[in-house]
Amino acid sequence: MLDKTGIAKRIAKEVKDGYYVNLGIGIPTLVANYVREDISVEFQSENGVLGMGPFPMDGEEDADIINAGKQTITTLPGASFFDSATSFGMIRGKHVDLTILGAMEVSEEGDIANWKIPGKMVKGMGGAMDLVASAENIIVAMMHTNRAGESKLLKQCSLPLTGVGCVKKIITNLAVLEVTEKGFKLLERAPGVSVNEIIAATEGTLIIEGDVPEMSL
Amino acid sequence: MIKKTVSNVHEALEGVKDKMTFMLGGFGLCGIPENAIAELVSLEVKDITCISNNAGVDDFGLGLLLQKHQVKKMISSYVGENDEFERQMLSGELDVELTPQGTLAEKCRAAQSGFPAFYTPAGYGTEVAEGKETREFNGKMYVLEEAYKADFSFVKAWKGDEAGNLIFKGTARNFNPVMCGAAKITVAEVEELVPAGALNPNEIHVPGIFVQRIFQGKDYEKRIEQRTVRTKN
Repeated sequence: MLDKTGIAKRIAKEVKDGYYVNLGIGIPTLVANYVREDISVEFQSENGVLGMGPFPMDGEEDADIINAGKQTITTLPGASFFDSATSFGMIRGKHVDLTILGAMEVSEEGDIANWKIPGKMVKGMGGAMDLVASAENIIVAMMHTNRAGESKLLKQCSLPLTGVGCVKKIITNLAVLEVTEKGFKLLERAPGVSVNEIIAATEGTLIIEGDVPEMSL
Repeated sequence: MIKKTVSNVHEALEGVKDKMTFMLGGFGLCGIPENAIAELVSLEVKDITCISNNAGVDDFGLGLLLQKHQVKKMISSYVGENDEFERQMLSGELDVELTPQGTLAEKCRAAQSGFPAFYTPAGYGTEVAEGKETREFNGKMYVLEEAYKADFSFVKAWKGDEAGNLIFKGTARNFNPVMCGAAKITVAEVEELVPAGALNPNEIHVPGIFVQRIFQGKDYEKRIEQRTVRTKN
């Protein structure tokens, strides 16, 4: 089973040379730390920066330079700043190659819910609805089950939706899955996790074809 | 040169009244119009509607207006960092309209640029699209979103000149440029107000035509919400 760092490491392998990548808050933010150093990638943050670098050294933080998680950041050579409309133009116009974000629930049809728990938590969708409605290549990074041990990979989402039919791939602490017309196709198992454990933790339709390889990190 | 300077924040906010709708720039606490917010608090205007991506934190930014119960309605994309906000929302005291971030930006820009409405794919199939016109273009579904109407825009820039031209710094740019000219009156506060001619016209982010009043801001706190640093090694 993977921890959050492990999930980030596995997702980092999906980042290809020449990609502009938008990273969501939480596990996705960690992905930047594990992208291969021999490829050229630029990270976009929807509050208005392309070419994000690592966190600043202590004492060098600048209140005017933050990411979408409101964390202080630095920029790399070639970076640019822009306004919010331009930023979402990049996203809506499909200029961003890969979007990685978290979720509370994903359905076997690729629906995603990650912004509201009625009566309990209403933080808002931020940029997530714009991202999932436009991005062609969306990877969801999340734990396979919630804190109560219930599956987050469902036949249908129970929470208010963020977007419909948009998720293509899910990488969890247990597995890598692809959303297909017939359901969640199991592509890889996390180290030390059996197919049966994944079956038990998945409420939605799971498609298993042949031997499912263990993922390499 | 058409001069836009006013001498202070009091003059800049002349005409602000109860029940008005305001746009306020900023993302989180980054690039917020700190001086205008402080003045709105001291003017004690009530029942206002605020269009701003976030709602500040309990004791800073728009949170200061919420503390005083001055806000009737908040239009934002993300409001997660504010306990008082959550309390007022859940008790029904505060009306909240949550809007996808890119849609919020575009509803400002549409107002700035004279578009009554536009189609976006964001929110299609979700509760954001409920009651709104939808339409298919090239096999994909879109939601019709209307431009905002506001009485004042309050924005914060890094540098500005007497003509109202603005330059922003870093990600403090965010919603500020798209809110300029998107309300009846745009008020810009700047860290550094310079004479006309002191800024290079090639480097202006917002032309002064979109700004009605500009003033030299003061005492910027620029609070950091999530100070995140590396340590050596």
